[in-house]
Amino acid sequence: MQLPHCVGKMRDAASTITTEGAAVADAGGQPVVALERLSRHFGERTVLRAITLELRAGQTLAVLGRNGAGKSTLLRILATLLRPHAGSVRLFGEPLPRQAWAVRGRIGLLGHEPLLYRDLSGRENLTYHARLYRVPAARVEEVLAAVGMRQRGDDPVRSLSRGMVQRLTVARAVLHSPELLLLDEPRSNLDPAAGDLVEPLIGRSAAVTRVLTSHDPQAALAEADLVLALAGGRAAYLGPPDGLAPAKLRSLYA
Amino acid sequence: MRTAAAILRKDLLLELRTLETLPSMALLSISTFVIFHFGLNRDSLSGQLAAGVFTVTLLFAAMLAINRLFLAEREQGGFDAFLLAPVDRTAMFAAKATALFIFMVALELVAVPAFALLLAPPRLGHSLAGFVLLLVLADGAFAVIGTFVSALAVHTRARDLIGPIIGLPLMLPALIATARGIGPLLTANSSGSPQLKWLLVLALYDLFNALLAVGLFDYLIEE
Repeated sequence: MQLPHCVGKMRDAASTITTEGAAVADAGGQPVVALERLSRHFGERTVLRAITLELRAGQTLAVLGRNGAGKSTLLRILATLLRPHAGSVRLFGEPLPRQAWAVRGRIGLLGHEPLLYRDLSGRENLTYHARLYRVPAARVEEVLAAVGMRQRGDDPVRSLSRGMVQRLTVARAVLHSPELLLLDEPRSNLDPAAGDLVEPLIGRSAAVTRVLTSHDPQAALAEADLVLALAGGRAAYLGPPDGLAPAKLRSLYA
Repeated sequence: MRTAAAILRKDLLLELRTLETLPSMALLSISTFVIFHFGLNRDSLSGQLAAGVFTVTLLFAAMLAINRLFLAEREQGGFDAFLLAPVDRTAMFAAKATALFIFMVALELVAVPAFALLLAPPRLGHSLAGFVLLLVLADGAFAVIGTFVSALAVHTRARDLIGPIIGLPLMLPALIATARGIGPLLTANSSGSPQLKWLLVLALYDLFNALLAVGLFDYLIEE
């Protein structure tokens, strides 16, 4: 696999594993995502421990790990919704959380929650988000059409199927044309046709920097330039997808 | 301002769709007046007793709205959606406080006639302008403190208790000023004008707390 802009490095606090040159180094430009010994805990429980990596423009990072491994926490930190407790996080060169305001408009989050009001219609929800992001109203119709929801756009969200809500969630996440997409199980509840529909928006062809998690590791590996495997909050693997041995992958979910 | 307007518009639209807050506030206030009417066995109340009954009723109804103010944000991810957006955090405060103020005014459009009907305070019509002025300032206090307390409660487990535990003591000065201001207006020899000192107390209370709440709001809603 040719990975022209991929630099991955990982130093685990305990074992000091370093995986450099996961692919060819980028000659110039700052990384879109740069983590340096990022740690985060909830009470006594450490969810992320000394994660270090860099992700460059246009790359896709697949974050793998069993339930509770810290995947969603990592995405929420990158989305500026959670603060790191140790280490540093830089997005587009800006340190978080201090400069979070400067990068928020460049991030799109598709998480477990749709972040849509159930009693409003899809169109009303997207119009509300368009106002928050200062996006022209015409863009609402554009994304509704892109996810095949123009006809049902006036139905209350609570009356829609999960798949339709997920399509609206995709529309919300890409409404402001973010440069960095944070995708937590992006294709959950989507049938194959809907999956194809959202592919140009959130898939590899969207040509934006992506951090994604998936319950389907093979699908995630197929889309990734760089893989971060989390186990017990630590980076058990960081490198190109073809470097992740099947046995290692199985052990992540064992 | 545009962000605050967008949030306010969304909140009013949600209330219009669900009718979850205003009808319950109105019902509570009318029920309270009915209870006082029969409990005290009086057709008419005047002076500080009338003012006390009215202020307490407003407070109970306001607590309902305060507890529900950030409900949709909390349960449907509206907070995260807002925090993800590149907008000034105080826009949320401005919008929520304005929404609460509007809810209080809407409540009073029902509660004041119900109060007049069930507890017939003397010279309410004569003192209506001063009475409304006091209510507007009291609504400002409910809006500012209510929004602040409601935002504070969002990230806590005992969120239903935060309103009474923190909100009530914070609102005491405004409640006292409101009741003391209204009392003389509801007497047979009312001049029709509220005492200036209570208007000033309420205005300063609103201003001070609004500035304080705006200054602290960022810290309340961010992790």
